[in-house]
Amino acid sequence: MMPSQTYSAIVWRQFRKSRLATVSLLFVVVLACVAIMAPLIANDRPLIMRDAQGFAAPALHLPARLRGVDMQLFTQNPPPGVWLIMPPIPYRPGSYDLGAVLVSPSRAHLLGTDGDGRDVASQIVWGTRISLSVGLIAVGLAVFIGLILGALAGFYGGWIDIVISRFVEVMLCFPTFFLILVVLAFVGPSIYNIMIVIGITSWTGTARLIRAEFLRLRSREFVLAATVSGARHLRIMRRHLLPNAIAPILVAAPFGVAGAILVEASLSFLGFGVPPTEPSWGSMLAQAQRFMDIAWWLTLAPGFAIFATIMAYNLIGETLRDAIDPNLKT
Amino acid sequence: MFSYVIKRLLLMIPTFFGIVVVTFAVVHLAPGDPAELKAQSAREAIASDQATQQIVAETRALYGLDKPLVVQFGLWMKRVVTLDFGTSFRDHRPVIDKIGDALPITLTLNVLTILIVYLVSIPLGVYTALKPRGVADRAATVGLLVLYSLPSFWVAMMLIVAFGGGGDWFNWFPITGFVSDHADLLPWYGWVANVAWHLVLPVACLTYGGFAFLSRFARTAMLEVIRQDYVRTARAKGLSEWCVVTKHALRNALIPMLTLMGTLLPALLGGSVIVEQIFAIPGMGRLGFESVLARDYPVIMAIATISAVLTLLSILITDILYAVVDPRVTFGKR
Repeated sequence: MMPSQTYSAIVWRQFRKSRLATVSLLFVVVLACVAIMAPLIANDRPLIMRDAQGFAAPALHLPARLRGVDMQLFTQNPPPGVWLIMPPIPYRPGSYDLGAVLVSPSRAHLLGTDGDGRDVASQIVWGTRISLSVGLIAVGLAVFIGLILGALAGFYGGWIDIVISRFVEVMLCFPTFFLILVVLAFVGPSIYNIMIVIGITSWTGTARLIRAEFLRLRSREFVLAATVSGARHLRIMRRHLLPNAIAPILVAAPFGVAGAILVEASLSFLGFGVPPTEPSWGSMLAQAQRFMDIAWWLTLAPGFAIFATIMAYNLIGETLRDAIDPNLKT
Repeated sequence: MFSYVIKRLLLMIPTFFGIVVVTFAVVHLAPGDPAELKAQSAREAIASDQATQQIVAETRALYGLDKPLVVQFGLWMKRVVTLDFGTSFRDHRPVIDKIGDALPITLTLNVLTILIVYLVSIPLGVYTALKPRGVADRAATVGLLVLYSLPSFWVAMMLIVAFGGGGDWFNWFPITGFVSDHADLLPWYGWVANVAWHLVLPVACLTYGGFAFLSRFARTAMLEVIRQDYVRTARAKGLSEWCVVTKHALRNALIPMLTLMGTLLPALLGGSVIVEQIFAIPGMGRLGFESVLARDYPVIMAIATISAVLTLLSILITDILYAVVDPRVTFGKR
């Protein structure tokens, strides 16, 4: 007899069995750290510096005495008596350097520079922010909408179910990517609109899963017990049904994040994404098209970044799916 | 059977109504007054001042935007039902003609893609299901996940460099268009060969991602079936493994694969915007994208509506087929 374990502990143990998935999880965590700490990783301002007026951390907060100073000149030839530490990638993603156009990967530019002399590595680092935030927030929104509509349909049934199920069917009939393009063309492409539009076009999966689970569970004894003891509907749904129905959603979520990241990259690739001033992996690839034959690093770096991120999320989803499969529990 | 079809047809009516409502709502997102559109086009530097005025005037006239909302909806409903989507703002050709040109191209591309995906995925799924968690199964899982995660536009770019003469490697395949310019002069087999030659790279980009999804699905379906008693019976009476797998297991495992067609159809009809755009194939995806860029509302609305309605019809056909191949499906139950 095994010592009793919580469900999540069993799932976690199953998950850890897959080395690839563990590595993917680690990769996703590192990616999140890179996104959060982008200003400390790729920046043209020093991390820490010391001059006559004492210590400062310009990467986080530019002190008044440095405003208007040419950072490139300042950091490459610091005035005497000034001591500074630069971030690992000493370039800002938007800083043009027409003296260093299409430089191949070297010690100065780890992943080379693009057609405008912008450092590729720096853009990749800052691009993480866009990809991850679009992925996570869009899926969060989709899951939120799907949970509410699916729960209502599954719990109450009847005409509420009919209306919501028809609505899901209507949404499934539209080619999603085209619908996203059209709505974005009308409301104007911006990172927030992209998140919202992806969110409101991709909730159908969650809604169907939750509806099915709620339908299955709502006639069970524990729900009856909760009803008899006077719990309100909202409480039954939240405390009794949702925890029992959430597993398939947790499996679908990583796939959803991967999908949303891909959609954002595709939109940016088509020029429908975030404004070109903000570095996004998709728009980097679009700009790389012009130099495909002479600058391989421009195509390789952002493409691989998109691929690795999507792959990591898909692997996590795939492993989670196996881990919650009751047939495999030993 | 007959009553089942009738029931499904009746269930379609509210969904069709929903499609019309959603497209109507999307039309209303379109800037209806000049100032708004001008602000938007200034932001994106698309249309000139005069063009903006013209688009707004034409939009108003086409959708009757100055009339009450109910009347507008009635007008839109009438357009959808009579398939009268007006003429394109760009070249003033009837929208239906433009779609008539683009749809066969996208269908060719995507039917070919789906065929290849099914032909590769089903054997692969069956094979991996025979020894679940074996070496082949694990290798296939990871390999397919890698393929599934590769963004198609990245692969397209690399294929163009490698095989399309975009780099210093091979110049084997054309990288733009559906067919060469004067291919109509060729005999029909020459024309087909020319199209096939043009479609190698785009179809390659469209297929590889589907392998993972479909072969996983085939594997799961096969695993379900192979545990059944009748498979054990077939084995027990001494049939060869090949016979058990193909005759007894596979046939039943294929049934759920059929429903999957329903989920693949929106993409089939809507076309792949990205791949058609990269390879300059004048199909639905490219037509849609160019119309979005040019604010060609009649074309946009027509594509959205027509693909949705065709998808709805195909889901219906899939459901009926499902009932035909699997006699256990009770016709009354939905």
